[in-house]
Amino acid sequence: MTDPAIDHDNSYAELLGSDDSQWAFGHDFEDPLAGVDTSVPEGLDAGELAQECLRLGDDALVLSHRLSQWCSHAPDLELDIALANIALDLLGQARLLLARAAAADPSVVPVLPEGSPVPAEDALAYFREAAAFRCSRLVELENGDFAQTTARLLLVASARLAEFERLREHADPVLVAIAAKGVKELTYHRDFAAQWFVTLAQGTAESRRRLEAGLAAVWPYREAVEPAVTQVLTVAEVDEPTAGRSVSRGHTEALSRLLAEMQVVARAHPRGQW
Amino acid sequence: MVSARSIAAEVRDPEMPMLTLEDLGVLREVEADGRTVTVTITPTYSGCPAMATMRDDLVHRLADAGYDARVRVSLTPAWSTDWISERGRQALREHGLSAPGPAPSHDGPIPLTLLPTARAVTCPQCGSPRTELTSEFGATACKALYRCTDCLEPFEHVKEI
Repeated sequence: MTDPAIDHDNSYAELLGSDDSQWAFGHDFEDPLAGVDTSVPEGLDAGELAQECLRLGDDALVLSHRLSQWCSHAPDLELDIALANIALDLLGQARLLLARAAAADPSVVPVLPEGSPVPAEDALAYFREAAAFRCSRLVELENGDFAQTTARLLLVASARLAEFERLREHADPVLVAIAAKGVKELTYHRDFAAQWFVTLAQGTAESRRRLEAGLAAVWPYREAVEPAVTQVLTVAEVDEPTAGRSVSRGHTEALSRLLAEMQVVARAHPRGQW
Repeated sequence: MVSARSIAAEVRDPEMPMLTLEDLGVLREVEADGRTVTVTITPTYSGCPAMATMRDDLVHRLADAGYDARVRVSLTPAWSTDWISERGRQALREHGLSAPGPAPSHDGPIPLTLLPTARAVTCPQCGSPRTELTSEFGATACKALYRCTDCLEPFEHVKEI
């Protein structure tokens, strides 16, 4: 099984001797849309398409970061791994969507110092101010405890799965392809959140109390309540919280703190290479 | 000279090295024009971190054979575990992994699953059909964790997608 020509046990070996620009903070060195036809179909407004991709990509990026904050803190090892896996899927969706936004309308990409090797999707992730993000307030909120994280994930994954199913009819074939792939992943995410929602609701008095408190904390930030969410609440015998929708506009303060943590090293070293 | 297609087909998946990229079904196309080769691969999952390694391995192995290779990505149709070849499934079992069943297909909205995913999973160690799901998410995005209730060994199942 071992292949002497390829040393997968040494993460650094593959970095040496390559001609690719190796920016220090990216997760990969290749355009995730390499070779994909990214021309915008006739009749579609490139600027609007880019904004749509930014909204979908930013939701994925910010929720991915929130979920990755559970790494080594989850209630048990299996949950730690599950949350990291879901975060990784969302990060992959974010990369594709931000790269698609940049290809559709390059003017959305922040201008970086000359000589910076930062690829477009990373420039969008690391070098935009909070005000330029298009994500929903729901994904920005702090994690709270595991019950609150579960309640938020149920709302977001249900809405995102429904939206991605609709996107398969979109006029942009790149967005259609990203959505078709994402549907398969989001199906697992929604089931994970739904199963844990029911488990916590039917567990102990304390797990139920925490779940109801967590749901009440995120409920005002919901957008559409999907039929799947109603179904889960019914099975779990949890009433919809009575709170109305939050009417505030703009981003939460939590997003600024999240971005400060996520962006600080990249912003300090915009030309950073290894 | 060995054909570019056969070199690309033998490059292995870095995370499940018992599988070649061809057995895994991620190798979509190899187009050779003299010594210039374009290889098309498709990601298993959107965030699969092995994509960069697959790309580098393809470029290096083809370069060793005298080819100048470019790797491009194809997103559609989305990868499915149904594309894992019979030889690949056999290799998974021989290495203690459980191969995926048929991928789910849906007409209309995707139904919610509130019980652990029901699968007829056989223990790849002892062959017992008595197995239980430990976690739907494993060490890589494509695997679930299982346990055999007869031999008690844990094992990984490549989950249907």
